[in-house]
Amino acid sequence: MSEHRHDVRLSVNGAAHDVRVPARRLLSDALRTECGLTGTHVGCEHGVCGSCTVLLDGQPVRSCLIFAVSAQGHQITTVEGLSRADGTLGAVQQAFQECHGLQCGFCTPGFLTTITAGLRDNPDPTRDEARDMIAGNLCRCTGYQNIVASVRRAAELLAGDAGGVGEGERA
Amino acid sequence: MKPAPFDYLRPSSLAQALEMYAAATDVKVLAGGQSLIPLLSMRLAAPATLIDLGGLAELAGIEVDGSVVCVGALARHAEVERHPGVRATQPLIGQALRLVAHPTIRNRGTTVGSIVHADAAAEMPAVLCLLGGHVVAESVRGSRDIAADDLFVGPLETSLAADEIVTGAYFPALPAGAGTAFDEVSRRHGDYALAGVGVVVECDGDRVSRVRAGYISVSETPLVLDLGAAFADGVVDAAALDRAAALVTEQVEPEGDIHASADYRRHLAGVLTRQVVEQAYAATVVRQGAA
Repeated sequence: MSEHRHDVRLSVNGAAHDVRVPARRLLSDALRTECGLTGTHVGCEHGVCGSCTVLLDGQPVRSCLIFAVSAQGHQITTVEGLSRADGTLGAVQQAFQECHGLQCGFCTPGFLTTITAGLRDNPDPTRDEARDMIAGNLCRCTGYQNIVASVRRAAELLAGDAGGVGEGERA
Repeated sequence: MKPAPFDYLRPSSLAQALEMYAAATDVKVLAGGQSLIPLLSMRLAAPATLIDLGGLAELAGIEVDGSVVCVGALARHAEVERHPGVRATQPLIGQALRLVAHPTIRNRGTTVGSIVHADAAAEMPAVLCLLGGHVVAESVRGSRDIAADDLFVGPLETSLAADEIVTGAYFPALPAGAGTAFDEVSRRHGDYALAGVGVVVECDGDRVSRVRAGYISVSETPLVLDLGAAFADGVVDAAALDRAAALVTEQVEPEGDIHASADYRRHLAGVLTRQVVEQAYAATVVRQGAA
């Protein structure tokens, strides 16, 4: 007996994706497998590591803790949606490049989405606030120092470039 | 790390949800999913049917009047935490919510879901018990109030009947002249607490008249202790805090596990009691100064 599949319209980075998935398909897997957006990385699959963080209606959430069927009707932004319309890096991405905020890069999509939303709520974080902003995301390479520096650099870039934030721009 | 197959139902009204829930066997209700989906992914739970409340906007409300904060079953932790009326009416709610997992989890997880999950390591069941709140449980048979004291009957176990869904949690307002605080110790930011405590200090003029504390991670169900005996002279000073810490250390009976021994948890309960009572008392002074 084959498993029942649901027709779901996922709205990702401003584009509609009509997918047919079993109810148990996690949003993280649907984004990667059905939508072909492999920028969202799957680490622990139980909400601890933060790698799969995406924005749901602008708020960071774990895509491994949402079923794809539950995500219909919401605007989803993945790391692919953080670059500028012309394909160049968004402010948070550019800051990570400048400050060497990544090494292996596995955790990076989760940090980029989390920080994009975090800087919208707090555009000029102190170092402590930056650490707090990223406390729900694990990185096993960097020791976090350069990620904290990247948060602060991204805040500078955004302050000097009012139109620079990628999230929502392409939606 | 993938859930087992299940039938997925997404009701469009509460009445429909209650009918579905009454008709199904081996069924779980999904709200925020921040505890349930990990359990499904790890296959610690594998219900035949899942009822997703996500479409029921009627359950998403947060209502505040002078005497009570009502949190609907779909209200997210983050929404409750940011709600100015909640903060003004019962500050303990926000003080505890900032310690629930990480902000990203609080964007999705629901306060009522956390309560009915009934984990004695979680903050919100203890807050509901400490404040003497209640939940409203609805089923096709009708609706009833369940006092927090009667709701939590064991680890991850409530007194809800098989066909009942909790549609809202009610937290009484803080009395005039009272102060609250919540703190906990965990290994890492956002982890479950090794031990934690919320405190309400009530004052009658200059005198402390009532001190109660709710504990997490030191018992099988949320534990509320009346610390009044330690503050019989009506003041919060070093001697009274010593007495309170001793009282708590004697009364809690935590279990040890891989994260902390029973003795360490007992020690933490005493240390936290001393600190958090002092913070809650300081808040009474701030509130009285502001009044």
